[in-house]
Amino acid sequence: MLASIIAAGLASGAIYALVGVTYNTMFSTSRVMSFTAGQLAMLGGVFGSMFTLKLGMPVVAGFLLTLVCCAIIGIITEFIAVRPVLKSLDQHLYVLSTLAVALMIQQVAAIKWGTEPQPFPRLIGLGSGIWDEKFWLPVVACALTILGLEYLYRRTLVGRAFLAIAEDNFAARALGLPERNLRIASYALAGIIGGIAGFSGGELLLAFFANGALLNFYGFVPVALGGLGNNRGAIVGGLALGLFQQAANFLVGGIFSSVAVFTLFIVVLLAAPQGLFGGASARRV
Amino acid sequence: MAMATASSDQHRAAASETGRIEAHGWRVALVHAAPFLGMLVLALLLPLVGNDYWALIGTRMAIYWVLVSGLNLVVGFAGHLAIGYVALLTLGAYTTSVLVAGNVMPPVPVFAALPIAAVVGAIFGVIVGLPALRLRTFYFAMSTLGFATIVTQIALAWQSVTGGGVGIAGPEFPAPFNTAWGFYFLCVGIAAFTTWLSANVARSRFGRALIAVRDAEVAAEATGISKPKMLIAIFLLAGACAAVAGGLFASLQTYITPDAFTFDLSVLFFIAILIGGRGSIMGPMLGTIILTILPEIAAPLAAWSTFLYAVLLLLIVLVMPGGIAALLDFRSRRPLASNRAIVPRPAALAGIVRRSRGDKALALRGIALSFGNVKAIDGLDLDVAPGQIHGLIGPNGSGKTTTLNVISGYYAAKGGTMTLRADALPPGMPALRARHGIARTFQTPRVVGEATVLQNVMIGGTVEGRASFVEALLALPRNARDERMLAAKARALLGVVGLEGLADVRADRLQHSELRFIEIARALMLDPDFLLLDEPAAGLSGDEIDRLAELIKAVSARGTGILLVEHHADLIFDICHQITVLNLGRILAAGTPGEIRVHKEVVSAYLGG
Repeated sequence: MLASIIAAGLASGAIYALVGVTYNTMFSTSRVMSFTAGQLAMLGGVFGSMFTLKLGMPVVAGFLLTLVCCAIIGIITEFIAVRPVLKSLDQHLYVLSTLAVALMIQQVAAIKWGTEPQPFPRLIGLGSGIWDEKFWLPVVACALTILGLEYLYRRTLVGRAFLAIAEDNFAARALGLPERNLRIASYALAGIIGGIAGFSGGELLLAFFANGALLNFYGFVPVALGGLGNNRGAIVGGLALGLFQQAANFLVGGIFSSVAVFTLFIVVLLAAPQGLFGGASARRV
Repeated sequence: MAMATASSDQHRAAASETGRIEAHGWRVALVHAAPFLGMLVLALLLPLVGNDYWALIGTRMAIYWVLVSGLNLVVGFAGHLAIGYVALLTLGAYTTSVLVAGNVMPPVPVFAALPIAAVVGAIFGVIVGLPALRLRTFYFAMSTLGFATIVTQIALAWQSVTGGGVGIAGPEFPAPFNTAWGFYFLCVGIAAFTTWLSANVARSRFGRALIAVRDAEVAAEATGISKPKMLIAIFLLAGACAAVAGGLFASLQTYITPDAFTFDLSVLFFIAILIGGRGSIMGPMLGTIILTILPEIAAPLAAWSTFLYAVLLLLIVLVMPGGIAALLDFRSRRPLASNRAIVPRPAALAGIVRRSRGDKALALRGIALSFGNVKAIDGLDLDVAPGQIHGLIGPNGSGKTTTLNVISGYYAAKGGTMTLRADALPPGMPALRARHGIARTFQTPRVVGEATVLQNVMIGGTVEGRASFVEALLALPRNARDERMLAAKARALLGVVGLEGLADVRADRLQHSELRFIEIARALMLDPDFLLLDEPAAGLSGDEIDRLAELIKAVSARGTGILLVEHHADLIFDICHQITVLNLGRILAAGTPGEIRVHKEVVSAYLGG
């Protein structure tokens, strides 16, 4: 029992963590929390199922095509919902504009794809029981994504430019960094990460339009736990959330495990508003 | 004899003034209420022109509006983006249905079940709202979204009570409310009642305080507005409205399943408010009506309704952030006179501002504060005596504004003590300063752009109000007295600072210098014992600075101690009784203007010479 709690917990936790990283990737270059993060992960599952199962493409081709589609949607988000409201960031209009885009994505998915959960193909066909691929795939995908991001941020010039913009937007622009292009790139990157989350978690969550709203929330909890923009916090928070949810599911039953997660969310926010790993707040006066 | 006549004349003048203001108040109230009464008449006429189908649509509109009228205070007035309020509708629907059906306890009559649902909704309204007390917008949006997600899951899973996916019968209302039109009139009646409640809150000092917290949170704290208390009060109200709407909704549906409460409904509620416009009640009401009718008249689009709502939302955000209310606001498009001058009348202060008792002195001893390794203030001693103007000068970064922020509680000093007469001033806690009689202005004026000048000034007197939130909610007499008192005082203070002609103009249409004087009027609403002015002369013309000087002198003559941070050396040496010069967080010199003017280090470091 314990083993299956851990397997299922780590698997869903890895998906939440990846959605959290999606939030952070968009936040780092634009200071915008976007409601499209969960929708991108939902699309990862829907596109994946569509390309590989409905259209019968090879897994690798379907995977790459899914990522391309998610990246494009990330870029579209930047153009129509983020760029126009950046001037007045303090009015929080981005909450509304990204919500609008998220709702459009969700509604189109519901109408074009259907409102019933649809199956996701077995990708590799490896493992069974608690070692089934639907449990370890998200974990592996999460680990590989983190390694990739670490490589990007530490070893490449583009990655360092990302970090510079995240650290101090004004200074980075003064240095001549192409801030707008980097922002577009980061939204494409966020789309890819969200797509990976949805694709790798497809066998666990199925291709279901309503996953978007669900992952929006469950993916945001680790960000709130870990502090905005803190990827390490999001990973730890995501995995912890997955384990907590599965344990609560086992201990108190399905109804109350979601209540437990919600309570945890509210309590943590009240006790540590900046997140458990977050920095101090900005000056107000 | 002559004096007696003069004084009785004054009394008569005062009495007629009060009478005039009251008559004025009635007219204003009627003008504000007229559109709502018109809507109510239209609603009552609907049965004459419509069939049962229109009864259904009308009922649905009324029910949605019951929820939206409460939510409007949260979204439109307090500015918190509650996107998952369908969860509270669901909660109210199930609570009412389960109580009436008697699934868990003996059946309850529906008119008793509705108030119980309202209480449950109010409690959950606060729980969902808790993150908004401490955190930025997105978190609250998320917590309402999370709540919406789990409520549906619970409704599905808790089969013994909610019937799970199969559902449960909605409550039935007794005659005469069991016909289509009977139920319609019940819902319209409840909707009219919640409209009245929310309008009462919106037009009271609590409504103004909500907008102040939304648009100028720091200034709101300085006027003593407690954000948590305000928000909890409206979360209670909005939750109760939503739950009552849920009970009515369940009855309208006759049978409810979790599927009935789609997220689309949440979106409808939320967008109705944004289409309507922030800080308005009529706007969101029209928004609710439009969004309810839209899918009905465009039947082929029904499946795409959420998509349409989303497109509308994006358009509003990008193109028309003010919503319908901004379109209907003709007054704000009338041009203002461009050659207007600020002519304060400090002499009028005597009749308006209570004379400070003058028995308190504000004393700072050894205050120290550092940001990281930078010592912003390093062992500061400062005394501000009643009725005195104390100048605080020094180069940029010497700790002047930081000192003001320590006194007004935005920063908690790491060392030293602050005392007000014998009482210690607790470090931090800016919202308590107003009650200690400390008022302030800000380096960049912090006013509520979307409120009128008069309302902005009235915000300064929020803690002077006596009526509780419940009294304001029900428009009881004490609230009306508060309103009259605050409005009269604010108008008089606008006369003192020379802006009475702009009282009913939106503050965001004013010039920078006018905003500075509004801030002073707002601070004077408190009858402050101490007034902290942060560079009040910055951006003012020479004439305006002279008038400002007269005004400051008149305020201090009423016994108010003034701490003045300023860069205009002439102004400082002109009006100050005492001057403290700071450099790098330490006192460089302190004394009378005469002493400072010849102080060698001050002259070489700061004044130049």
